[in-house]
Amino acid sequence: MYRITAVVMFLGLFLSAATWAYSSQPIYPEVTSGEEFAFPRDHGSHDAFRTEWWYFTGWLETADGDPLGFQITFFRSRPEMATDNPSKFAPQQIIFAHAALSDPQTGKLIHDQRIGRAGFEIIEASQKDADVSLLDWQLTRTATGVFASKVTGQDFALDLKMEPSQIPMLNGENGYSRKGPKPSQASYYYSVPQLKVGGSVIHGGKKLAVTGRAWLDREWSSDVLPENAVGWDWTGLNFDDGSALMAFQVRGADGDAVYAGGSFRSAEGKQIILSPDDIQFKPRRIWTSPETGADYPVEAEFVVRLDGEWVRYHLEPMFDAQELSGAFTPTYWEGAVSTSGGRGYLEMTGYAGKIAL
Amino acid sequence: MTSVKQNVQSGLIWRWLFIGQLRAFPFRYIFAALSIAIGIALGFSVHLINASASDAFGDAVRNLSGSSDAQVAGATNLGFDEQLYPRIYRLAEVADVSPVIEMSAIFGGTGERVKLIGIDPFRAAAITPTLLGRQENSGEQSAGRTGGQTAFPINAVHLSDAAFTLSKAKAGELLKIRANGATHEFQVAGDLPGIEAGQAVAVIDIAAAQWRFDRLGVLDRLDIKRAENSTQSSLARALEKMLPSDARLSGAENEIKKRTSLSRAYRVNLEMLALVALVTGGFLVYSAQSLSAQTRQQQFALLRILGLQKNSLQRQLLLEGLALGLVGSVLGIILGYMSAYLILTIVGSDLGGGYFSGTPGPIDVTITAVFVFLGLGILTAMSGSFSPGRRAARLHPAQAIKASTGSLQNTEHPAWLPGILLLLIAGFLVWLPAIDGLPIFGYLAVAAVLAGAIWLTPWLARTLLTPLTGIVRRSVAFDLALHHILRSPAQAAAALGGIVASVGLMIAMVIMVSSFRTSVDNWLESILSADLYVSGGFVETSFDPDQQKQISQLPGIAVVEFSKTMNVSLDPRRPPVNLIIRPVQSSNYRLSLIDTTKQDIAGIPIWISEPAARIYDLQVDQNIRLPIGARGTSVYVAGIWSDYARQQGALVMESEDYDKLTGDFERSELAISLQDPENVDAETERLKRQIGNIAGSDPEISNAAGIRNIALQLFDRSFAITYGLEAVAILIGMVGVGATFAAQVGTRIKEFGMLRHIGFGRRKIIAMLAYEGMLLGLVGLAAGVASGLAISQILVHVINPQSFNLTMNTSIPYIVLLGISAALLVTSGLTAIFAGRRAAATNALRAVKEDW
Repeated sequence: MYRITAVVMFLGLFLSAATWAYSSQPIYPEVTSGEEFAFPRDHGSHDAFRTEWWYFTGWLETADGDPLGFQITFFRSRPEMATDNPSKFAPQQIIFAHAALSDPQTGKLIHDQRIGRAGFEIIEASQKDADVSLLDWQLTRTATGVFASKVTGQDFALDLKMEPSQIPMLNGENGYSRKGPKPSQASYYYSVPQLKVGGSVIHGGKKLAVTGRAWLDREWSSDVLPENAVGWDWTGLNFDDGSALMAFQVRGADGDAVYAGGSFRSAEGKQIILSPDDIQFKPRRIWTSPETGADYPVEAEFVVRLDGEWVRYHLEPMFDAQELSGAFTPTYWEGAVSTSGGRGYLEMTGYAGKIAL
Repeated sequence: MTSVKQNVQSGLIWRWLFIGQLRAFPFRYIFAALSIAIGIALGFSVHLINASASDAFGDAVRNLSGSSDAQVAGATNLGFDEQLYPRIYRLAEVADVSPVIEMSAIFGGTGERVKLIGIDPFRAAAITPTLLGRQENSGEQSAGRTGGQTAFPINAVHLSDAAFTLSKAKAGELLKIRANGATHEFQVAGDLPGIEAGQAVAVIDIAAAQWRFDRLGVLDRLDIKRAENSTQSSLARALEKMLPSDARLSGAENEIKKRTSLSRAYRVNLEMLALVALVTGGFLVYSAQSLSAQTRQQQFALLRILGLQKNSLQRQLLLEGLALGLVGSVLGIILGYMSAYLILTIVGSDLGGGYFSGTPGPIDVTITAVFVFLGLGILTAMSGSFSPGRRAARLHPAQAIKASTGSLQNTEHPAWLPGILLLLIAGFLVWLPAIDGLPIFGYLAVAAVLAGAIWLTPWLARTLLTPLTGIVRRSVAFDLALHHILRSPAQAAAALGGIVASVGLMIAMVIMVSSFRTSVDNWLESILSADLYVSGGFVETSFDPDQQKQISQLPGIAVVEFSKTMNVSLDPRRPPVNLIIRPVQSSNYRLSLIDTTKQDIAGIPIWISEPAARIYDLQVDQNIRLPIGARGTSVYVAGIWSDYARQQGALVMESEDYDKLTGDFERSELAISLQDPENVDAETERLKRQIGNIAGSDPEISNAAGIRNIALQLFDRSFAITYGLEAVAILIGMVGVGATFAAQVGTRIKEFGMLRHIGFGRRKIIAMLAYEGMLLGLVGLAAGVASGLAISQILVHVINPQSFNLTMNTSIPYIVLLGISAALLVTSGLTAIFAGRRAAATNALRAVKEDW
């Protein structure tokens, strides 16, 4: 759900159109418990829902052993607009993609994006399997189940194959993941941790062969966050022993959690569902962005209760300056982090002003 | 002698010589310099105005096409199939494509025109960011951070500053926009900060544009960004290979070139007018310098005897010309800048010609232009001084010093062969074709006719006036005047050159404009056969078949017929021609055919206008392809009709043929024959209301007489400036000629003294001078009218067809010509009397003594 950040912004622009007279409006299905996922169908797009994403994050290693962090995300959004517009240019679906590369050697995060309305086979999200085209950016899933993505940004490019080593991890109640106190404030949500990565990266004018481990988050929903939420903190961690942790909290204006949740799955496949009471997020070190002046707890702890026992995951950033902002995204921090025995990503939003809905 | 040489070297003597002349005869120099100044001022202001107008147009086109490397545009207003968009996107040479809908639209409420553009802001962001709107009062976080240029809701419209002014709308309000026959209400969401001032542009979402204005499935333009690893030419090749017939490769630079080509001929004509003034100035310099060389004969001879070289004398006169030219040109450039400024602020950048619309940019004066015009003025003045200088240098010093001032008469027979040769050359030049659309040889022929006429003037004077010696014996004054002119044809030529040049050109212009106007008037008469014409503008209002049926059932209408005008591009390098869909010959519509097919050809006939036939080199029965439909449509030329309204060319197609081809039954104009044509005004009001009710917005209705008046008003307005500029130039020319004549008279004071001594009264001397003036005027008039007639025929039959692609019939405005002739004769007589009064007033005895 954390990925709502980016989508919300440009979706908001279309929401403002809602007050204007339309002959017909799209009807967004509600997220309910008890739905069963079916693959590969659920790797594909769920066009009727308001928002959806394919979100890859992970650590890479070059042949020289230098680490890099990467993020590739494809968003789909169904805007509020007259559905009876017969024009092929009518924005029935908006596809947005965002990619970033973190390099601890330069201490910089570089990123780029693409956006467009679906149509003319130039921009498309298949409803059958993970298969998204956005101009020159691609995400596909091969017959053998390997996710492949190619993105070319300014000053960098990623061409990665990500092979699942485990079955999808269904978050919440069999994939029905609540975001707030109301049952409708929820999404369908599954993760694929421990993806084996191979491929190449163009960085600093050089093409580098890379290997690594990544995390896929898949989420689709129609409803929005609780009204009193200003942002959230999320992590997804791949541990060296094969286990994985996903944890998030939705923050209110006072900085306290409005809602929280998560999943832990052991190497053997035993999954523990985390309820709001099982999760605490504790800032440890604050970094102030020189660009935006926002204060981020770039070093923080997720304290989670696994089988009645509190476990402390101390997250250390790959480097501090992993803040992002773009034309269609709000300002937030998302970066590669490590913890003892594991690596992953941390996302923190709402530190540079409330996320508008 | 050494001191003379030193003084020569230091230039002291030359300054003294020139300043002495300037003091003695200020007017002839002042008018010569003024005439040069007028020529330069005209040329320079035309140049500045045009540069400003085309800069403004170029900026506007570049502004709207952003950073695209190429553009594909529809060959007609119908656009092209939208599936071309993904096909072009997939080309290896293409990085990104932004699809565009472009329409001419009007705002509801104010009825003002605006360019309506439909874009996908996501695609436009990278290629034409100038078209992105800025959200008004947006509290969105991203709006603040990214400068507010974001995607916008699909029912929103963004307006440029000029469009805000025209629509009178405010942000947040609902605004009705009418285009392509449909009206829709949009919410004004914000402005277009990237659009330059003065451009009325409204931007909406492309999906809304297609849906609301009946353009589903088509696009008007693709703005294309080239892939980094391809070249501009490989991109153009790849595009050209795949484009269907109804789409054309275009581009900002191409558009600019097309537009300026439309006004080029008009501009060149104006610049030629400026040159005419300049040439007249050159002749005035020539006259002034010839006279001053004559009066300074003895001074020059003395200097020669004191050891001065021949070349130095000639150099002196050339330097004097340079000084005159410099003063005249500097003055001209200042005057030119000032008049350009005034014209741009008052009249607008098209000089009333209607070629550019919109606000012109600021005046941009380039150093190069200033130097070119400065050089042109100086060159003219120096060439005017060249031949007098040569003559002065050739004179034998011993002979010259003995001869009294101005007494060295040229009694040899004037040469006529070079003049005849020049006329023959002109006769040859008129048969040569235009170069790159410009009638260069035509203008050269005009110059040759002028030069030939001036050369032949002394011969003409002798030929015309010699017979008079035998006939008129009653008056001694007349006899003396006649003989004076016959004895000194060179002196006469100096004064006559200016008269011939200005009279010839004035008469030529008068005949040309009159022929043009008469032809336009006759043409309007022949084509306006209906009582009323209804138009919804260009394509903004259209009547669908149902509305057409309702209109035709309105009471009071005898016959109603519908038509439509659209743009069709036959050649991507040229401005599009108008394709007019209508009944070809009917009770309401007529064509003034000048050529028509005699065969019975199968296929779709079209009738093309004369400009179209000339521009695209088409003949009757010839087959051409029209860019209608993806594969194009083959048609044949069934006739050629004369057209003075559409310089870019026009085609007429039968309504039924067009309906079958396109399935487009919408029409935007209609012509009505009334049952009661006597009662036009009341019927117009009633029909305007009723048609307005059917169409949903008030149409423009005009009757045949009104259209004709408006057309002729437009015509007169576009030539008013031409007339004005010309009148000023001619006036200065005439005054200059007068001053020359007065100066000439001033050199003959001794002669008058002698005449007084032998009992000639003052009145008689004045009468003699008046005769002289009128005889000279008569000769000048004869040469001027003859050359003017010849030049007018070159203008009518060579220059106009070559530059505007239309022909006309000569129509000579006799009354105006008579007026000009009378004015000229009276002016020359009066000038002579005025000069004579001054001369005769001088004490006769002192005058005779002066030389002793």
